[in-house]
Amino acid sequence: MKFTLSWLKDHLETEASLDDILYALTDLGLEVEEVTDRAAKLSAFTIAKVLHAEQHPDADKLRVCRVLTDEGEKQIVCGAPNARAGITVVLCKPGTYVPGIDTTISVGKIRGVESHGMMASERELELSDEHNGIIELPSGEVGERFSDWLAKNRPQIVDPMIHIKITPNRPDALGVRGIARDLAARGLGTLKPLAIPAIKGGFPSPVRVEIDPALKSKGCPLFAGRTIRGVTNGPSPDWLQQRLTAIGMRPISALVDITNFFTFALNRPLHVFDAAKVAGPLRIHPAKGGEELLALDGKTYTIREGMMLISDDNGPESLAGIMGGEHSGCTEATTDVFLESAFWDPITVASTGRALKINSDARYRFERGVDPAFTLPGLDLATQMILDLCGGEASDLAMDGAVPDVTRAYRLNPARVISLVGMDIPEAEQRRTLEALGFTLSGDMASPPTWRPDILGEADLVEEVARIASLTKLEGKPLRRTQAGVPRPILTPLQIREKSARRTLAALGYNECVTYSFIDHEAATLFGGGTDAVRVENPISSEMTHLRPDLLPGLLRAAARNQARGFADLALCEIGPAFHGGEPGEQHLQATGLLVGHTAPRDPYGSRRPVDVFDAKADAEAILAALGAPARVQITRKVAAWWHPGRSGVIGLGPNTLATFGEVHPRVLAALGVKGTAVAFTILVANVPLPKVKTPTRPALAISDLQAVERDFAFVVDKGVEALTAINAAQGADKALIESVRLFDQFTGEKAEAQMGAGKKSIALTVRLQPTEKTLTEPEIEAVSAKIIEKVTKATGGTLRG
Amino acid sequence: MDGLDTLKAKYLSAVAGASDESALEEVRLAALGKKGEISAMMAGLGKMDPDARKAAGASLNALKDEIDAALRARKAGLADAALDERLRTEWLDVTLPGRPRRTGTIHPVSQVMEELSAIFADMGFAVAEGPQVESDWYNFDALNIPPEHPARQEHDTFFMHRAAGDDRPPHVLRTHTSPVQIRAMMDKGAPIRVIAPGRVYRMDMDQTHTPMFHQVEGLAIDRDISMANLKWTLEEFCRAFFEVPSVELRFRASHFPFTEPSAEVDIRCSWEGGQLRIGEGDRWMEILGSGMVHPKVLRAAGVDPDEWQGFAFGMGIDRLAMLKYGIPDLRAFFESDLRWLRHYGFAALDMPNLPGGLSR
Repeated sequence: MKFTLSWLKDHLETEASLDDILYALTDLGLEVEEVTDRAAKLSAFTIAKVLHAEQHPDADKLRVCRVLTDEGEKQIVCGAPNARAGITVVLCKPGTYVPGIDTTISVGKIRGVESHGMMASERELELSDEHNGIIELPSGEVGERFSDWLAKNRPQIVDPMIHIKITPNRPDALGVRGIARDLAARGLGTLKPLAIPAIKGGFPSPVRVEIDPALKSKGCPLFAGRTIRGVTNGPSPDWLQQRLTAIGMRPISALVDITNFFTFALNRPLHVFDAAKVAGPLRIHPAKGGEELLALDGKTYTIREGMMLISDDNGPESLAGIMGGEHSGCTEATTDVFLESAFWDPITVASTGRALKINSDARYRFERGVDPAFTLPGLDLATQMILDLCGGEASDLAMDGAVPDVTRAYRLNPARVISLVGMDIPEAEQRRTLEALGFTLSGDMASPPTWRPDILGEADLVEEVARIASLTKLEGKPLRRTQAGVPRPILTPLQIREKSARRTLAALGYNECVTYSFIDHEAATLFGGGTDAVRVENPISSEMTHLRPDLLPGLLRAAARNQARGFADLALCEIGPAFHGGEPGEQHLQATGLLVGHTAPRDPYGSRRPVDVFDAKADAEAILAALGAPARVQITRKVAAWWHPGRSGVIGLGPNTLATFGEVHPRVLAALGVKGTAVAFTILVANVPLPKVKTPTRPALAISDLQAVERDFAFVVDKGVEALTAINAAQGADKALIESVRLFDQFTGEKAEAQMGAGKKSIALTVRLQPTEKTLTEPEIEAVSAKIIEKVTKATGGTLRG
Repeated sequence: MDGLDTLKAKYLSAVAGASDESALEEVRLAALGKKGEISAMMAGLGKMDPDARKAAGASLNALKDEIDAALRARKAGLADAALDERLRTEWLDVTLPGRPRRTGTIHPVSQVMEELSAIFADMGFAVAEGPQVESDWYNFDALNIPPEHPARQEHDTFFMHRAAGDDRPPHVLRTHTSPVQIRAMMDKGAPIRVIAPGRVYRMDMDQTHTPMFHQVEGLAIDRDISMANLKWTLEEFCRAFFEVPSVELRFRASHFPFTEPSAEVDIRCSWEGGQLRIGEGDRWMEILGSGMVHPKVLRAAGVDPDEWQGFAFGMGIDRLAMLKYGIPDLRAFFESDLRWLRHYGFAALDMPNLPGGLSR
């Protein structure tokens, strides 16, 4: 919402400075976005007189002038054709910044002749586009500030323009008068009275109006107008044009300018029909659908069923409350005009405007809510202005419907106001505030004015009182602690786990990323998603169409981008939601790590090697351990399609999947543009079971002072035998005695097969025996060893390697 | 006992003259070995009469101890010399790099979220969560934003697809964390204090906007919580979060459908030479929106507004991170550029806490 200071002063009697007004506006909730204060910009320029002008010795188009300034006579070289003796000019002294040419003037030589300043054109001072010559003033004293001269002689030029942001609840502030009312309530002046003229119609309106019964109760409760015949629709007077141009509107003709003026001055959108082009009565009715209307913005709209139209015998003439039609619009030739003032239902206007994507000042106001009670006074004020500016004679009122009754009242509870706001605002002040804003008070009931559709309860009264009292004055008061003493822990187990997973990942060397929750359809499909259930109906780009089913695609895309930047060795991770459906709650927390490239940069120690599946597995296990997962888990190979089928596994507890690790499927890598191999893991954080009993107490430590014994065993087994089978078998040989079984070597590949036979490999286990009662004897060790060999060979079908 | 002195002199000089461990061993054997000279003399003691034996024995023992000590000292000296000699050959270029080790980082958004929960936990706020796909009831209606309200249009909402025949209003990607207010109150009732950090979504993408960003919601409901309590809470939060001795906040009247009265909150700051300083200077920067929870919102969440009242606020986590840590560009938060992650990320053990200060 834009307006000028002088426009504001049409409605507000005030001595307040511009700065005070700006401060109050923002504080009241009418946030100032921009101020254009030309006077401040022009304050450095002064008035001077050209005493003498002569041809520059070395340049045809330049003149050397002697100029009388407040600092004495100065020589100034000037290229303007009108630079001549006797004229009064605007001087830019050396050191002054000139906005129109973005330059600070300095003393210099122009073609060998010294010049001490510049005489400005209108364009150079950003007053207009005029640049044919320098400004010639009809009056003005040497040394007088140009901004002071303008204030006296052309005040509209230095009239500050104020642009404020209006929150959706304040339609009343979409008119200058509403803003003035707020300022008056704040104590920055008094609201000037608005006199409503009594219009006496001289004849019945030839344009009649009818509201379809279907719309009377809701869409259009009131439609009124007058025909004014014999008008002259020329350009509007200067003062009106200046009002509109100051806020960036183009003056069109007196009739149109008057409607725009009322929109901004009083939040009363109006429409003018050329009465000569209206055939039969104006009917306000729901559209059948399919009608076409060429609107005043030059576009043709196809109207959908149920939208509100104003039609005559020729068809649709106007889209109600939004925009008029070209056919019956007013032109310079208009002599008879029908002036419309109506009250439209905000919701109907909003949905029509949105469906047709038309934005207009009228729609903006009607959908937020204009003052229904001002429909007829607004019509009369505008009629009077047309009569004043365009002449003619007004008809009787043509009207259908009635002013909707919006009377309501809410209880003002002054104690509650104080309790909610926490400011001591006396009851009398609360009542004064509401009355200043137009509320009617009766006992403890407050009835909001008709221009405040946003006031819908007691809480709104509190807000009005607090807003006018100024929240800036609010002083903080300590919030009482909920409990005395040391604060209790507040995080849930899952929140603690999320944090543990994140910190462990970082400790393991992963760089945490935050990638978008939506990804492209191709990537989503590769990871088992991409269905319609998780599709965003209105995506902002084709790369963000579906909710991610998994965190890996986002990380893989991030890896590809980093590879393109020359970073080949990557350890990226993310902890966040993945979506298994499109209903609220169909999301689950994943902690995902991705390794690409090598484990380390090249170094003198040979540390560098390609990352492999066991790096991913080790990290997954470290995180599971940090989350409190049990040490004994199952590893299966039932992996999803985006994993390498032979080089990946699922870590689970029965049917419960805790994590998947492995190489990412090469096809997926190719599709997402990742070079080389990539290994990864995904941990389903919520699937890790919580401890059954939560206690900080540890179980007692059981250690033995007796000597432990380690024995190594190597077995020849089929290539496809899994190490875990052998380990579990060995473990089972003597549960009491065997403390741990560890695989420490594997011999596989061509050489191994050459030695041990085709399709064979060798695995080597070390078994640690820990006696608890007495030191083991050699025969006892032999007995356990034999049991281990028996169990392992039986479980794996292998043999002890000789 | 001249003989003993001579022996002593002889062996001590032999010990001193032994140039390596084997020569030293020879000296030991010659003197103290089974067949050594002193051992032989010790054996000879048995033939003496008791008094003479006593005197000679004491002297011999003393001599034996002295030579033994000399041998040991010489042995240690030789070993030291040999070690020194070996170490002289074991030179390495210690300017070589250490063995490489990966260093991970925590994303600034995660770090700031932990800072938030550390601060608010101290004031008794729990951390609440809610789904990111929301029904329009939670995201809008329950928050007093009816379907045709212009405020709803201002949210630039992402809608989820609706299958044909499913006549429910489409779900939305939550446009703010405020629906968590409703869920938390429905779940826990009043009194309640929670913050709700998380991802939110708006259809906006330009220099300063991304279609996904992070917000934190705050909610405190009790019997007598006022807007003055809100101001104090936010002042305390800002002081602790920005780690400055004091802050100054300014409340400006504003409008949010779910609070009444509503205020936008500015913080005093200075901006010089590209450096933002919170708590000083003469500029005001908007940092969050807040207000007293609207009675309709309380009612929608099953809390009786005649009995309970309180405040809510919402602020951008990414923006807080940008302000505190001087991060210039929001879009870079979600680009996963390794250089950015390393530069703006936090170490694994930089865990925010109040006793140690939030940041290093």
